[in-house]
Amino acid sequence: MDAFLHQVLAGLATGGIYASLALALVMIYQATHLVNFAQGEMAMFATYIAWSLINAGMPYWPAFLLTVIFAFVLGVVIERVIIRPVENAPVLAVVVVFIALLVILNSVTGWIYTYTIKPFPSPFPAEPVFGKYMSAHEAGAIGVTLVVLLLIYAFFRFTPLGLAMRAAAQNPDSARLVGIRVGWMLALGWGLAAAIGGVAGMMVAPIVYLDPNMMGGVLLYAFAAALVGGIDNPAGAVFGGFLVGVLENVLGAFVIGNELKLAVALVLIIGVLTVKPSGFFGKVFVTRV
Amino acid sequence: MTGTLLEVSNLHAAYGLTRVLHGISFAMQDGTITTLLGANGAGKTTTLRALCGMVKTQGEVRFAGSRIDGKATEDVVRLGIAHVPDGRGTFVNLTTEENLRLGAYVRKDRENVEADLERVFSYFPRLKERRAQQAGTLSGGEQQMLAVSRGLMLRPKLMLLDEPSFGLAPLIVRELFEILRTVNAKEKVSMLVVEQNAAMALDLADHAYLIETGRVVLSGTADEIRRNDAVRRSYLGY
Repeated sequence: MDAFLHQVLAGLATGGIYASLALALVMIYQATHLVNFAQGEMAMFATYIAWSLINAGMPYWPAFLLTVIFAFVLGVVIERVIIRPVENAPVLAVVVVFIALLVILNSVTGWIYTYTIKPFPSPFPAEPVFGKYMSAHEAGAIGVTLVVLLLIYAFFRFTPLGLAMRAAAQNPDSARLVGIRVGWMLALGWGLAAAIGGVAGMMVAPIVYLDPNMMGGVLLYAFAAALVGGIDNPAGAVFGGFLVGVLENVLGAFVIGNELKLAVALVLIIGVLTVKPSGFFGKVFVTRV
Repeated sequence: MTGTLLEVSNLHAAYGLTRVLHGISFAMQDGTITTLLGANGAGKTTTLRALCGMVKTQGEVRFAGSRIDGKATEDVVRLGIAHVPDGRGTFVNLTTEENLRLGAYVRKDRENVEADLERVFSYFPRLKERRAQQAGTLSGGEQQMLAVSRGLMLRPKLMLLDEPSFGLAPLIVRELFEILRTVNAKEKVSMLVVEQNAAMALDLADHAYLIETGRVVLSGTADEIRRNDAVRRSYLGY
C-alpha cells in the first residue's frame, strides 16, 4: 500500500507538469485550431536558459523568473516572426513549420550546449516530505503547478485582457469590431503558453535531467492529457494531465514495467481518438453537409 | 444638427474578383438616423463592412472630417463607430455580461462602464435577467438586443446597424426600433441602418438612400422616399 501511495503521489507531481504543458497546447489550439508540436522544445530551450543563468551564479528564483519572462518573449517573437506569415496557409504547411521549429530548436540547443546530459537543480530541499511518500521536489512541483494554473485561471476569468483573449480566440471578426487587436492577442497567447511551458520544463528537468531531447516523452504525455480532457477544454486538459501522470506511474510500477511507460500515452492517444475523439469534457462539433 | 458626420464618395469594394460596390456616394448629418435600402445583393452589408475596414476599398470615406478609409477595423472602432454586424456577432461561449463588457473594451473611462451596463439594462431589462447566462443560449431577439447593447457600450458617435430586424418577430422588431429611436434622441447617437424591411426602416429614419447593384439610385428624406412610386411598388409593396 505504501508503495502504491508513493507511486500515486509521484504521478501527481509529473502529472502537474503534463497538465501545464497540456494547458499550453490547448491555449494555442483554441486560438488557432492547431497543435503546436514545438511546444516541448520551446520549454526545453527555456530550461537551458535557466541552467545558464544558474550556472552563471544567479540564485534559483530570480533565474526562474527571468526564464519565464524569456520564454514569454520567445513565444511572442515566434508567433510574430514565424507563425504569422503562415497564418492563412493550409494546415499541413503550418504543421511542417511546427516540426521545423521543433527540429531547429532541438539542434540549436544541441549545438550551443552539446547533447551531454546535465543535472538540473531543484529549488526544494532534498529530504522527503509527508512521511517519505514524496520527495520535496515532487511536492514543490505540484505546488508550483497549482500556483501557475490558478494564476492563468484568474487571468482569463477576471481581467479585461484575459476576456479579450478569450473573445479573440472564439470569434475574431466580432473581436475586431469591439476594437480588440486580434493579432496581438494571438501573440500574447503564444507568449503565455511558452511561459507555462518554461515552468513545466524547469519543474521536470530535475526528474528527467537536462538534455535537448528531454521533452519528447513529456510532450507525448501532454498530448495524451489534452486529448483525454478534450483538446478544446483547458480544465479538461489539466485534469487529463494529472490522470495521465498517475496512470503512467502506477501502471509503470505495477503492471507493465518502466520500459513500456510511454506506451501508456500512445495507447491513451489512440484510444481516445478512436473511441471518444472529443475527450471526456470536449465539445462535440456536428457539421451539416 | 452640427453638420456632416459621415461622407462617402465614390466608394468601390470587391471580394476577390467580384465587384460589389461601384462608386457609391452618400452623406449623413450628425445626430440623424439614415437608412440604406435595397434588395438582396445590392451591396448594403458590404457598404457597412467597407466603412469599418472589413473589406478592401477604393474611394474616400470621411468621418467627422477625417479620412478613415484604409484604416484597420480596430482603429475605426476607436473613433467611436460601433458596428452591429449581420448575424449579430455574439460571443456565444461568453456570458451576456462579458459580451457587454467587451463592447467597452477600447474605452479609457473604465469608471463609467458600470453605469453604462445599468444604462443598457434599463433599455433591455431582459438582458439583466440573462446577465450570467451563456450568450449562445439567448433567443434570436435577445441576441439582437445584446448586439445593439454591445455597440452602445462603446458610447459611439455613430452606430452601423446591419439588418437589426432580421429573423425577429414583428412585435420584437417594433420594440427594438422604439429603443433605437429613444437612444438616438436621448444620447445623440447617429445611426446608419441597413434594412430589407423598408417600411420599418423608413418609419425610423430621417433620411434614406436606395441602393441598387452597388450604387445609390435615389436619395431623400424618409418621407420623400416613402412617397416615391417606384419605391412604393418595389419595396413597400402597395
